[in-house]
Amino acid sequence: MNFDTEMQAALQTFIIESLELLEQIEEGLLSLESLEETSEQINTIFRAAHTIKGSAGLFALEHIVAFTHVIESVLDKLRAGEITVSAALIAILLPCCDHITLLIRNVDNGHFEADSALTAKGNALLAQIQPFLNAELPVKPPKARVSDDPGRIENLGSREINHGNWHLSLRFAEDSLRDGMDPLAFIRYLATLGDIVHLTTLSSSMPDAEAMDAESCYLGFEITLKSAASKAEIEGVFEFVQDNSTIHILPMNSEVEKFINLINALPEDESFLGQILVKSGALTRHELDEVLKQQASVSPEDHSTKRMGEILVEQHTVQEPIVTAALEKQKQIKSNKARENQSIRVDAERLDALIDLIGELVIAGAGVNLQALGSRETNLQEASHEMMRLVEQVRDSALQLRMVPIGTTFNRFQRVVRDVSNELGKDIELLITGGDTEVDKSVVEQISDPLTHLVRNAMDHGIETAELRLARGKPACGILKLNAYHASSTIIIEVQDDGGGLDRDKILAKGIERGLVSPGVVMSDQDVFGLIFEPGFSTAAHVSNLSGRGVGMDVVKRNVAALRGRVDVESQLGVGTTIRIHLPLTLAIIDGFMVGIAQSTFVIPLDHILECVTLPHGNEHHNYMDLRGELLPLIHLQSVFNIPGAALPRKNVVVVEYAENKAGLIVDSLLGEFQTVIKPLGKLFAHLQGIAGSTILGNGKVALIIDVAKLLNFIQRKKTSVPQLQSSPAS
Amino acid sequence: MNAITPATSQHLPVPQLAMSQYLTFMLAGEVYAIGILNIKEIIDYDYLTDVPMMPEFVRGVINLRGSVVPVIDLLARFDQGHTQIAKRTGIVIVETDRGEAASQPLMGIIVDAVNEVVGIAAEDIAVPPSFGVDIRPEFISGMVKRNGGFIVVLNVETLLSIEEMISLSIAK
Repeated sequence: MNFDTEMQAALQTFIIESLELLEQIEEGLLSLESLEETSEQINTIFRAAHTIKGSAGLFALEHIVAFTHVIESVLDKLRAGEITVSAALIAILLPCCDHITLLIRNVDNGHFEADSALTAKGNALLAQIQPFLNAELPVKPPKARVSDDPGRIENLGSREINHGNWHLSLRFAEDSLRDGMDPLAFIRYLATLGDIVHLTTLSSSMPDAEAMDAESCYLGFEITLKSAASKAEIEGVFEFVQDNSTIHILPMNSEVEKFINLINALPEDESFLGQILVKSGALTRHELDEVLKQQASVSPEDHSTKRMGEILVEQHTVQEPIVTAALEKQKQIKSNKARENQSIRVDAERLDALIDLIGELVIAGAGVNLQALGSRETNLQEASHEMMRLVEQVRDSALQLRMVPIGTTFNRFQRVVRDVSNELGKDIELLITGGDTEVDKSVVEQISDPLTHLVRNAMDHGIETAELRLARGKPACGILKLNAYHASSTIIIEVQDDGGGLDRDKILAKGIERGLVSPGVVMSDQDVFGLIFEPGFSTAAHVSNLSGRGVGMDVVKRNVAALRGRVDVESQLGVGTTIRIHLPLTLAIIDGFMVGIAQSTFVIPLDHILECVTLPHGNEHHNYMDLRGELLPLIHLQSVFNIPGAALPRKNVVVVEYAENKAGLIVDSLLGEFQTVIKPLGKLFAHLQGIAGSTILGNGKVALIIDVAKLLNFIQRKKTSVPQLQSSPAS
Repeated sequence: MNAITPATSQHLPVPQLAMSQYLTFMLAGEVYAIGILNIKEIIDYDYLTDVPMMPEFVRGVINLRGSVVPVIDLLARFDQGHTQIAKRTGIVIVETDRGEAASQPLMGIIVDAVNEVVGIAAEDIAVPPSFGVDIRPEFISGMVKRNGGFIVVLNVETLLSIEEMISLSIAK
């Protein structure tokens, strides 16, 4: 790999990462307004912007650095509390974020310099953001400067007591004097490390005069020390007495914050609480050893071993807030480590290639299995059976690789909803649930467009203006809900609004007017609402630039149909509309049921099959049969598909259902269930009615997959040569 | 570059200027040729899955190492009946891709037997006669006289035009 290609690869990583960071920034900005505690979020945003700037600098992308620098400065002020979060600020930061995205996308397209139009746009944005940059809260900076300068505090006035940074609590052992350890000497030595701001002598443990031993030490000292020395250095002073005496060295309350900051700033390579505390300087190595010893000695008899943090706090070795901060840090390190282990970035193409290969493996494996079953070798059969089981597991986990949570797609709508509601002058809140629901990657990619249509439509036509809402007794703020969940082998995505709902009569009238419905036909609500998916269908009185042109809903239906899904509408006038998109979990695989017709094999998707029955005698030439008292229309697949071959005497009926239409497909033999990889048939066969695709069987032959929805529709249309109405999502 | 049948290529004369290589094959007694740049591989005729409701000339689909490839019956495409499957029947896999987003890059054509790869100079290819040949003229690039007979050089682009086939199958 030469330098250029290496740079190219690095640049690609930069672009991908930056775009992800920008998404993060956008998400962060959008959540800022609703959060009470914003500092964490602001930090995240700031870090993301900082990373983009830094990485752009590496590639000498000066225009990005320059622009991002200004944004970073604003964020820095926000972080420092010099400016506050406001709708106005967010409103300007969002387009700035878009601008950076644009700049980076340009780099991706090979434009390493800013062109004049973009620069002009960037400058316009910068001009808008300038007021925030100049805004300063005048009080803060001088205040900050005082505390930063330790030299200023020298007098020992009582008010200044807090400015000592260490609190020492000394209880010398009774034998100290006998051992030749004079407390006074230690305190003098301590004074060489810093200033003793305050000293209280405790004589409470002094016994009555007659009981007193002049050689024993009864005194305790509480000392406030102001020193730049570390805890370990201070501890060193008492090295000779620490075995018998009780020495507690604690940072003053005002310094606790400092330790917490220190802990937070530690590099993330220690995952033991003690290590974290020692590194920050809040705990000395000696104290740690003591506690560990104690922990070890306690545990055998006492089952409820105390945690190190508890011991430290109990013994006043370290204050509680510091321990809490360290624990927090420990948790963070652990979760970060876990996350590092959990995810790696893989090129989607490689993943697809792997899944294709595994598809081949499944087919080849099925071939081996078939051969094994044909032979009389039991060992071979067992081995091949075991192999098939493993291959199926491999396939299932490979398909799992493609699953991504739909949340990222949903979150993108935060911005859409914000922008569109501003544009429309409506107050609309977006509620997202089920973001964790996992969907096949290609589904996620292709569902974004239809969802955008639905969301915009719901906001424009669904949710009423604030005045109208109030007049109807609803809260002024409209609510749009995005929800996703799994139901059996499908995923359901809901777009729900609490707006005006669909007007059944108006839609029906429009449908009759457009000749989609013949007057006088009784239609279910579902069928009427289905009309909104007809091309060019719109009941909107006026056309806005968002929707109302009648394009959109038919695109939604078409896109969803292309994903082998369908769309349902549920609506109540005045209450709201729910649009449900039903999608298969994965596009690559279906559960199929194999049937034989003459010499051919076909696969029927299992989720459409209700049951299989034998075709009753004497029913061979009828187009319907009696299924437990119900009239079931029959489809003779052999004649519909024009398959040559003699008719077998015994025939079976596969009862299928689609959109509440039931039918029986007449087939020769039932060959059983199997999971199958769908192979597209290509453009040449795209117009075929009733065939959804193909799959490769274990013997290497190609079998066609029957598209139940299209087949039923096709038969219906063929029978009733006069097209009645193209209703229901099945059309 | 695509696979070429290497066994025959070594017998070829040194290519001259404007000399292209063609694969010749038999179909109902006639010799046809297709430029080898269009040919991906040649396989034996094995099993073919019928696709219902398609025009006669789409014989079905085969599994070519995991991808599903449609197979065209040239005789039916020429309106000359059906190719009978025999021992030497083969399928020539042709790339029809002309840069258009690989929607269906591969197609198979049924041939009675594959002959050889020949070099044909551009000036040897004669304009097909305006009548006398039973095939639609746009399917033919030219005719070459060779060994006392004629080779019909086929125009793969129009012969296997997906657009035309689709319109024909919709009409059906």
